[in-house]
Amino acid sequence: MLRLTGLAKRYDRSDPALAGVDLTVPDGEVVALIGPSGAGKSTLIRCINRLVEPTSGSVVLDGVDIAGLSASGLRAARRRMGMIFQEYALIERLTVMENVLSGRLGYVGFWASWFRRFPPEDVRRAFDILDRVGLAGFENKRADALSGGQRQRVGIARAVMQAPALLLVDEPTASLDPRTSRQIMQLIVDLCAERGLAAIVNIHDVALARHFAHRIVGLRKGAVVFDGPPQALTAEALTAIYGAGDWAAATDDA
Amino acid sequence: MTPLWRRRTTRTQWLVWIGWLLGALAFAQSWHTIAETTEWDFVWDAPTQAADMLGRMWPPRWGYAPAILKPLRDTIDIATLGTLLALLLATPVAFLAARNTSPHAVLLRPIALAIIAVSRSINTLIWALLLVTIVGPGVLAGILSVALHSIGFFGKLLYEAIEEIDPTQTEAIAATGASRAQVLIYGVVPQVLPTFAGVSVYRWDINIRESAVLGIVGAGGIGLQLNASVSQLAWPQVTLILMAILGAVAVSEFVSAKVRAAII
Repeated sequence: MLRLTGLAKRYDRSDPALAGVDLTVPDGEVVALIGPSGAGKSTLIRCINRLVEPTSGSVVLDGVDIAGLSASGLRAARRRMGMIFQEYALIERLTVMENVLSGRLGYVGFWASWFRRFPPEDVRRAFDILDRVGLAGFENKRADALSGGQRQRVGIARAVMQAPALLLVDEPTASLDPRTSRQIMQLIVDLCAERGLAAIVNIHDVALARHFAHRIVGLRKGAVVFDGPPQALTAEALTAIYGAGDWAAATDDA
Repeated sequence: MTPLWRRRTTRTQWLVWIGWLLGALAFAQSWHTIAETTEWDFVWDAPTQAADMLGRMWPPRWGYAPAILKPLRDTIDIATLGTLLALLLATPVAFLAARNTSPHAVLLRPIALAIIAVSRSINTLIWALLLVTIVGPGVLAGILSVALHSIGFFGKLLYEAIEEIDPTQTEAIAATGASRAQVLIYGVVPQVLPTFAGVSVYRWDINIRESAVLGIVGAGGIGLQLNASVSQLAWPQVTLILMAILGAVAVSEFVSAKVRAAII
């Protein structure tokens, strides 16, 4: 279980990016985080694994307060949180297998990672996960030789390879076509169900969020302005999150 | 009516014209100064002199070839070992100098940048002059002077390559719980490896040309024979040496082009 309490972040001399967010995500729940650009969605998920240092507040994952950890404690905590990125963030010149195995870097030593000598158990799991995400046989392809959808599958495999308790997913579909977007969201949701993972998914596409998430959280100017099931995301709620607009198309889907 | 549009205002247009006028005046003045300080008798004589020298240089003295084989090999050795040594020393310097990998931006980064600046601003030939007095004449002085000058070249190009990497790739590696050193070797090194290899063979290619003249100051290699042949007015030998250097440079360019094509 993940619990955020009063999580705040202020970059230099500007309005706060996060203004005290309280949020609890139980195991196995997929939360879609929606909101306009600049609402603090990316900052929120980066404060959870401290790629961005929060200014104040606490982040507790399964009883461990991440905000208070030392550098080595933070590395151990990050192993429990898989991250998936908008632009995939794969190491482009490395093979698919090397990218997937990089999910184990928190568990192996320096020389093992230098020579890519990962434990046989990790390699076996990597093959299983590649098979699960639909990339069996791709292990020796270079990441830059893959299509966008395939790259995102590698990104998902890398995150799952960590054996995490939580997935932090930052705009997973923003660079993908509509059909691939749905396949990728389906894959993320299925993996969460299979492995009991909680997930926070930043997403711009409200229809996708409604379709795939168990719960929707709306962020505006760094504060939570909506928190509820997809059915409760009415035109009024969308106006509260994004400002006034014509929401007919976005609410039809429900 | 057609709306009026001009690229520049009248005022800027005038300033541009005045700029051109001043440039032309400066050019005329320089031309005048050069003409006054030139011994024109020598200049008009130049074609005759050049033809005369070419006549004395040709044909090359092929019998001299066995005598330059070892110096030629020394020259290539100096370039190769100097390049390798420089690469070895410059890689840590580059990681210290790059903003995104430097462990200490206030203290270590300026030191690394200073090493790069000093190394770059002293020419290989000057390093050789210094090193011949320190370690004595010979190949070692040549290797060290090539290395000392190349550290700056490598350091600068490599640290710029490190600063231009895609930060989200390293962010993703850090997010897995990897240590700083692991982020470096798994997230940074693969991104800069092509630049490292390309810059290395390019510098090796330059160093072959540079080490060909190091012998002039006693730092080993074919430059010694070149200098001696020029002072003895043994022009057919000079021709042969120049041809040997040309051959070595052509081979090195071919090799470095092949390597660069292979690693991208």
